[in-house]
Amino acid sequence: MKITLNGESRECPEGTTVEKLLDLCKIDKNRTAVELNLQIVPRKELSARVLKDADILEVVTFVGGG
Amino acid sequence: MDKIEKSVEDKKLKIGGYEFTSRLFVGTGKYPSMEVMSDALEASGTEVVTVAVRRVKIDDTRSLLDYIDTKKYKILPNTAGCYSADDAIRTARLARETGMSDMVKLEVLGNEKTLLPDPIETLKATQVLVKEGFTVLVYTSDDPIIAKKLEDAGAASVMPAGAPIGSGQGILNKNNIRIILESAKVPIIVDAGVGTASDVTIVMELGCDGVLLNTGVALAKDPVRMAKAMKLACESGRLAFLSGRIPKRLYAKASSPERDF
Repeated sequence: MKITLNGESRECPEGTTVEKLLDLCKIDKNRTAVELNLQIVPRKELSARVLKDADILEVVTFVGGG
Repeated sequence: MDKIEKSVEDKKLKIGGYEFTSRLFVGTGKYPSMEVMSDALEASGTEVVTVAVRRVKIDDTRSLLDYIDTKKYKILPNTAGCYSADDAIRTARLARETGMSDMVKLEVLGNEKTLLPDPIETLKATQVLVKEGFTVLVYTSDDPIIAKKLEDAGAASVMPAGAPIGSGQGILNKNNIRIILESAKVPIIVDAGVGTASDVTIVMELGCDGVLLNTGVALAKDPVRMAKAMKLACESGRLAFLSGRIPKRLYAKASSPERDF
């Protein structure tokens, strides 16, 4: 199935959880926030949320700013 | 504590449930390198650093947070780049979800060239975020009417711009800042426009509770040295304000007694 992660289309095996995807992408869960189809996914739910085809994920962190 | 230190001691700056000794807030954008930023933050003596919320770069494991000691500095995420209340609210919620801060520097812009705030969208976003329990520090223009409305909406701090963001023009309308201060019941922190140390001193001499700056330090030729200058300027201005300056006179007044021989 295909999902969109931070604006880029990606192939993703069926049954992948949000947490698994973050791990695959080497994203530090403790420094990020995740939005799935415009809804925030609380950190404690990352391991339970299974991705579906055409899901849109945004994963954000802090960068330099004023 | 010795006698002099005690007599010049200041009360802490309280914002929502937080207390700070330093009254200088410093941004983390536009430094020549992460190392310089880290040193500049330390030289500034700040306790609050602003950050922006952006997409994680996949396969890039470097992080701004590797260079910021979150035990030492309170993280103040901003909503920079948002042009509607909805975008700013979404950004603030994501920032809080990182678990690092429930403070937000709310910034809803109205124009890409001036980066001036959109007062209507800013007020809307303030109302929503206050209701959701955020500690809202809200960026606004130097207009006293909207500043008051933002305070009434529950902002923990109102942050009028001294001049447009990144312009380095200093405090363009001291009188407006004075009017805002006259009736303010929450801390007033001038945010944006500071170019050099004297700008910070002027802000603090007016009686503002703090200053937030970024570009003035980050793009100075020597950011670490400028950060130290801003720290001293902030402390100087605050001390001068608390001391109560002499009134200005048109004519001279001798400091020495009249000559008597």
